[in-house]
Amino acid sequence: MKVMRAREWAFPIAPVRREVRRATPELDEGKPPVLFVPGFGHGAWVFAEHWLEHTADRGFPAYAVSLRGHGDSAKAPKATLRAYAHDVAQVAASLPRRAVIVGHGAGALVTAHALARYPARAAVLLSPVFGGAGTALRNPMLSLPALFGGGLRLPAGQLFSRELPANAARGYAARLGRASTRAQWQLLRGRTPQPPVGDPPVLVVGSPDDRIVSDTALRRVARGYGGAPLLFPGMGHDLMLDTRWREPIDAILDWLEKSA
Amino acid sequence: MTYSAGYGDPESGGPATAWRDGWPVYDRSGTVCVIGAGPSGLTAMKNLKEQGFGVDCYERDTSVGGAWNWRHDRSPVYASTHLISSKPFSQFPDFPMPDSWPDYPKHSQVLEYLEHYADHFDLKPHIWFGTEVVKVEPAEGERWDVTTRSTGGYGGERIHRYAAVVIANGHNWSPKRPEYEGLEDFKGEVIHAAQFKDAAQLRNKKVLVIGAGNTGCDIAVEAAQQAARCWHSTRRGYWYTPKYTLGRPADQVNDLMLWLKLPLRARQFLAHRTLKSTVGDLTRFGLPKPDHKIYETHTIVNSQLVYYLGHGAVSPVGDVARFHRNSVELKGGEVIEPDLVVLATGYHPSFDFIDGNLLGVDASGRPRLAMHAFPKRQPTLAVAGLLQPDSGLFPLVHWQMVAFARMLRVREAAPAKAVAVQRRLEAELDRRWTTAKVKDSTRHWFEISHTTYLKAIQRLLDELSLEGAK
Ligand SMILES: Cc1cc2nc3c(=O)[nH]c(=O)nc-3n(C[C@H](O)[C@H](O)[C@H](O)COP(=O)(O)OP(=O)(O)OC[C@H]3O[C@@H](n4cnc5c(N)ncnc54)[C@H](O)[C@@H]3O)c2cc1C
Ligand SMILES: NC(=O)c1ccc[n+]([C@@H]2O[C@H](COP(=O)([O-])OP(=O)(O)OC[C@H]3O[C@@H](n4cnc5c(N)ncnc54)[C@H](OP(=O)(O)O)[C@@H]3O)[C@@H](O)[C@H]2O)c1
Repeated sequence: MKVMRAREWAFPIAPVRREVRRATPELDEGKPPVLFVPGFGHGAWVFAEHWLEHTADRGFPAYAVSLRGHGDSAKAPKATLRAYAHDVAQVAASLPRRAVIVGHGAGALVTAHALARYPARAAVLLSPVFGGAGTALRNPMLSLPALFGGGLRLPAGQLFSRELPANAARGYAARLGRASTRAQWQLLRGRTPQPPVGDPPVLVVGSPDDRIVSDTALRRVARGYGGAPLLFPGMGHDLMLDTRWREPIDAILDWLEKSA
Repeated sequence: MTYSAGYGDPESGGPATAWRDGWPVYDRSGTVCVIGAGPSGLTAMKNLKEQGFGVDCYERDTSVGGAWNWRHDRSPVYASTHLISSKPFSQFPDFPMPDSWPDYPKHSQVLEYLEHYADHFDLKPHIWFGTEVVKVEPAEGERWDVTTRSTGGYGGERIHRYAAVVIANGHNWSPKRPEYEGLEDFKGEVIHAAQFKDAAQLRNKKVLVIGAGNTGCDIAVEAAQQAARCWHSTRRGYWYTPKYTLGRPADQVNDLMLWLKLPLRARQFLAHRTLKSTVGDLTRFGLPKPDHKIYETHTIVNSQLVYYLGHGAVSPVGDVARFHRNSVELKGGEVIEPDLVVLATGYHPSFDFIDGNLLGVDASGRPRLAMHAFPKRQPTLAVAGLLQPDSGLFPLVHWQMVAFARMLRVREAAPAKAVAVQRRLEAELDRRWTTAKVKDSTRHWFEISHTTYLKAIQRLLDELSLEGAK
């Protein structure tokens, strides 16, 4: 646990306008709020497609934030990983009750950093991209441009399974944006997040057929949190947009009902 | 001994399992008792709960927030109070204040923040409002018997037995009142700053403010705008730090220097230079020259006092010699005629519900605690928030309570280790947690540097780590 944070105190993150989408259950059953954190290039909309409503239907107040520079949040071309993690902690702390955080892709890494600054009730890391050299080597064509200031390229074929109709996949891919160059660099550098505060249970979810996150990478992240990943074979990286989106979210909510 | 988790209901604590002086004692087994639901009590509860302890909190008022709830009779906060520490230093380190709030939030926002914290972490079901702790006594097995009754003394007393106690009763509510010759015969009005709530109390009066802590300076600034006249009496010269320097909140600049690892002397030099180049030499307004370097008295953060001195709206005067029927005589012999005297002379700590010896309280009322929190030979007792930091209090008390909860856990899991840590803490009982040579004044009993203190906490937490011990 890191107590001295002189740098963070001396240089607080600048406030920005943030997009937060929500879906609330008709009846408050006292279940914890669930905050979804999209990955690089993705906005809150990726969760608004299916998962937000579905989560609310199952009685959990559901929220999704767009990290700065993504979706309808304010532009932030110089954002750092710390600024993204700040966005997550800000939204989590604003919720009425202690929240569960669900981060996807590089958003899972952002979530892991946020967990060191906010004691989440539980966390779920979906298809986590924890960066480091492995990520770059596995996806050289995706990550090389990032090193030279371009975007991490995320073509539709890499993100979805073949089950998703091609025009839907193209439609989604067309809506993708990009994270800041600095944050991409930081992702590739892959600094290990500080340990979570408040000792939350952490679940890692992914697909062995994910073309961005290897099976080994998935297991490594899960092992770091003392468990094994929950796998959904046949699905693509963007689990929440794929045709079988219902299966992983139901499994996650079942897990939450048991553990949070 | 095992600690229980989950909600407790002290009212349905089952049948009495012990007796004390003929009264039944209800055993709350592994539950920890927290006295007070101000910021310190709230973070104590949150962190104990987080580490699996059951908690019962007693709060003599009817709501949370402590000092920051200005509806509370004993709140020292007045209508214009804003934080003096900027947001990064004023928030709990795991619960940020909203981005939409200003650098220096107002007291009502701090209260809102604390209420939100209590709801977010579901603390309110553990708090017994309108219930005062009147006695805390040791029981066998390093446990504690806590006697409570309704605030105001209605109804009977009840005794519960706890595994541990956190005293979070605050130290800014019991007024420190200086004695002056002739004060009883003075015909004007004399109040302590604790009774000052709103600038309207000063309107069109001739006001003398005594004391230049942050309270005295704030009130002098209010008087400059509202009163017919304002004298500000100080018994020494001070450094008045503005809220902003070099384009950012002053405390962030200070921590920038700390981050750059500048030693204290260099920081003092730079701070003196910065002040000199902005507000200049204050003796030109008739203020005494400071008898100390900056950081050697509790930091005053006030941009407006110097401004009003420069407008002649505040007249600086020296220490008070004595009171007469219609006037006040100053040490230089000058006589002034205020209608209202505000004693902004600070507050005393007060622990009237516990035997002072348990806290090492000396004749002057000063407790002797390791890291201002952990009493000697009482491993299941802690005092939360008894600090006067050069920054905000909330992060410090948060970490104190993370450490205390851990200490209780380690006592269970690795008793020998807990004893060793306790010994080490006791060996440093008289250490001061600041590198500056602070002036000898009762107001500096608990003066600390946040960096020195947090480094000590880091060391303590590392010692208490159970990794590898299990
Ligand atoms: C004017 C003013 C401005 C300040 N500004 C700042 C600032 O900018 N930044 C900062 O960090 N700090 C500031 N402080 C310091 C302030 O005291 C702390 O921020 C904080 O309120 C201390 O919290 P606490 O919980 O320790 O004590 P308190 O807030 O005093 O709370 C103690 C609680 O315990 C209860 N209690 C006491 N005795 C008993 C009993 N026997 N039984 C049951 N309940 C009991 C009280 O009712 C109260 O609710 C300021 C103080 C003052 C006076
Ligand atoms: N956020 C805010 O805006 C804010 C506002 C007010 C207070 N606070 C905090 O609240 C706490 C209490 O502050 P405070 O200002 O009430 O008290 P304080 O810091 O104890 O200041 C008391 C002042 O009165 C003087 N004094 C004490 N006894 C005296 C005596 N017998 N004769 C003459 N002068 C005497 C002291 O002088 P010496 O220096 O000579 O001892 C000092 O100037 C502090 O932590 C402070 O930072 C914060």
